[in-house]
Parts: sequence; C-alpha cells; structure tokens
Amino acid sequence: MDLVNLFLKSAFVENMILSLFLGMCSYLAVSKTVKTAFGLGLAVIFVLAITIPVNWLIQVYFLKPETSLFGTDLTFLGFIVFIAVIASMVQLVEMVVEKFFPALYISLGIFLPLITVNCSILGGSLFMVAREYDFVESTVFGLGSGFGWFLAIIAIAAIREKLRYSNVPAPLRGLGIAFIITGLMGIAFMSFMGIKLD
Amino acid sequence: MSEETQALETPAPVQKEALFSKKNRRLLTDPLDDNNPITVQVLGVCSALAVTVAVYNAFVMSIAVVAVTAFANLIISLLRHGIPPRIRMIVQLVVIAALVILVDQILKAFNFAMWKELSVYIGLIITNCIIMGRLEAYAMANKPWPSFLDGLGNGVGYGAILIIVAVFREFFGKGELLGNQVLPDAYVGNGLALLPASAMFIIGLLIWAQRARNKKLVDIS
Repeated sequence: MDLVNLFLKSAFVENMILSLFLGMCSYLAVSKTVKTAFGLGLAVIFVLAITIPVNWLIQVYFLKPETSLFGTDLTFLGFIVFIAVIASMVQLVEMVVEKFFPALYISLGIFLPLITVNCSILGGSLFMVAREYDFVESTVFGLGSGFGWFLAIIAIAAIREKLRYSNVPAPLRGLGIAFIITGLMGIAFMSFMGIKLD
Repeated sequence: MSEETQALETPAPVQKEALFSKKNRRLLTDPLDDNNPITVQVLGVCSALAVTVAVYNAFVMSIAVVAVTAFANLIISLLRHGIPPRIRMIVQLVVIAALVILVDQILKAFNFAMWKELSVYIGLIITNCIIMGRLEAYAMANKPWPSFLDGLGNGVGYGAILIIVAVFREFFGKGELLGNQVLPDAYVGNGLALLPASAMFIIGLLIWAQRARNKKLVDIS
C-alpha cells in the first residue's frame, strides 16, 4: 500500500511539471498538438522508469561511502555520472525503438534524443538520492513521476488545441497564455494534496 | 584570463577589435530584453522557478547560473575546433557537469544553509536548456571573448527574470524583501504568491508586458 501511495504522490501531489516545474522546456515546446505530446509523454515515462533504478544502483554500490564497493566517498561525482547514465540510456532507448517500433520512432523524431536534457529526468534521479528511497521505491517513484509528466503534457496540449479558437489579447498569445494556464493547472492539481490510501 | 585568450585567438597582424566594441556590448545587452532567455527564447524555465520564493535564494541561483553559462561558453569556444561534431553533446555535458560540480562544492563549503535549501536545483543547472542552447547556438561557432560575453549576458538576463519574480513573490507573499519586513504588521501575507503556480502567473504577465511594449515579439500563430 505504501507503494501505491508513493505512486499517487509522485504522479499527482508532487507532479513534476505542475508543482516542481521540471521539464518545462520540452513541455512548452512540444505541447502544441496532443499527438506529439502523447509520444513524448510515453518516452519520458519509459526513460524515467529505467534511469532512476539504474542510478540508484550506481549511487548505492559505487558512490555512497557506507555501502560502496570501493569504500570511498564519491558522492560529489553524482551529477556527472547520472547525466552520463541518462545520456547513454536515452541513446539505448532510441536504438531499441528504432529497431523494433519504427513507426513510433518516426513519429517521435527529434524529441527522443532531447529527453537527455529534460530536467525532469535528472531531477528524478536527484530527488531519489535526496529522499533516500530503496530500490523498489525508486522504481515506483520513476513510474509515478513519469505518469504525472505524461498527464500534464497531454492536458496542456489539449487545452492549447482548443485555445486556438479563443480571442486572447495579441501580446499574450502563444507563450504568455501557456504560462498562465500552467499556473491555473498547478492550482487545480493542488486539490490532490493530502490524498492517502490506507 | 579572458583577455589573454582574446590575445591568443587574434594574431597580431589582424586588426584587433576593442574588448567592448559596439558589437560586443550588444552581446551583453540583447539577452536582457529583446532576446531574453526566459521570456523570448523560452529556454531554461525548468530548473529555477521553485527557488524564487525568496529574493536571496533567487540571487544565489542567478550567480550560479551566470558563472556556469559564462565559463561553459568560454571553455567550449576554446575547444570548438577540437570537438568532433558527432560527440559534441557529450563533451558539452561533461564540461557543464564539471562546472556545476564546482559551483555545488563551493556553495556547500561556504554557505551550507543555502546549499541545503536549493538542494537538487543546483544540480539541475546541468540540464538547464539555456546553457546547452547557448553552447550550440553561439559558442560552437564564435571566438572565446564574444562567447564569454554572450554567456554572461544570457546568464544575467535569466537571473534578472528570476529576481523580478522573486521580488513579487516575497513582497506579496510575506510583506518582506531580502528577509526584512517592509510592509506594516497589519498586512496579511498572500498565500497564493508563495505557491509555485504564482511564478507562472508572474512570468505570463511579464511576457504580456514585454510584448505589449515591443510589438515585433508578438506570436502571430
């Protein structure tokens, strides 16, 4: 049950976009249509769910002084190792998708490699370290926060598609209104606060 | 150090450009307004909005970002002829990550409380798109000194937005500025300003104000 709670918490209460502001760049750039947003969202779930457990293994067995195989404190190398793992995982995911799901690969296009510099991915790994999750928890956390990111980008893409027909003041069109809508969605997501299953 | 690199880069017979020529000054001032990294280029919104609850936090974060953008631009520009294009992303990431580790360790050593408070957001400077964006768009094709100025300008433009947002949030949320009370006790803090969502509203309104003043930035689509 704790794991279900963790999933709900990372997906809704502490949503990567709407309450932590992570992954805003691709969120704003790729949310013009629902179709591309859907593909990118799926890829983010996938990469988060893989990189967080892998980085957990590295953190515990190589970097942390108490449990490390080398017995030295290498935690200051965390950033550089995590980003390297993320970059290579994204590369791997890209190759697998290209080989087995060519249709998906074509529809994702440039967004797949761009996931490397999506803040929510590195942010997920850093939160995993800061909150001291165990292996199973960090996998669930990765899945949950990926799912939350997916929901948020689909929601804003759907809203922006409808927005084309409304009369927004010219200087606010496009970017400005997207920011304000994100803020409103953030407030709406706050209604999930405190949800807990027993 | 940057003056030395400038001298190295431009051999003596070539007519030397002044360090702060008009072109170089534009590199520094453009990102403050017409080409602001957050409100116009929309890069690097990610990592920093959560640190804008208090002006002091935003200030420390801005300094960190300015240092990383400026020196990453300088280093990549110095290395630009030696980087194979196929693996340039990884080289860029390594340079950025090394600089961020440096900033992180310095902050941890000299201001532990602030380091605790900013926690993961310092690390997230690595994936701040503005840094990678400037490396790709500018430093890979330009000389070290202009690249350094470009990094500096973009870092400052980014920091300016962070600090403006933080001033609004701290002032309306707590009636304080930099931790000092500026409004009388009778003022009841506006809880909305302390929520993350308010940063989004403030940036939205800033974009509105900027584009209303400068018509050529308006999004036509």
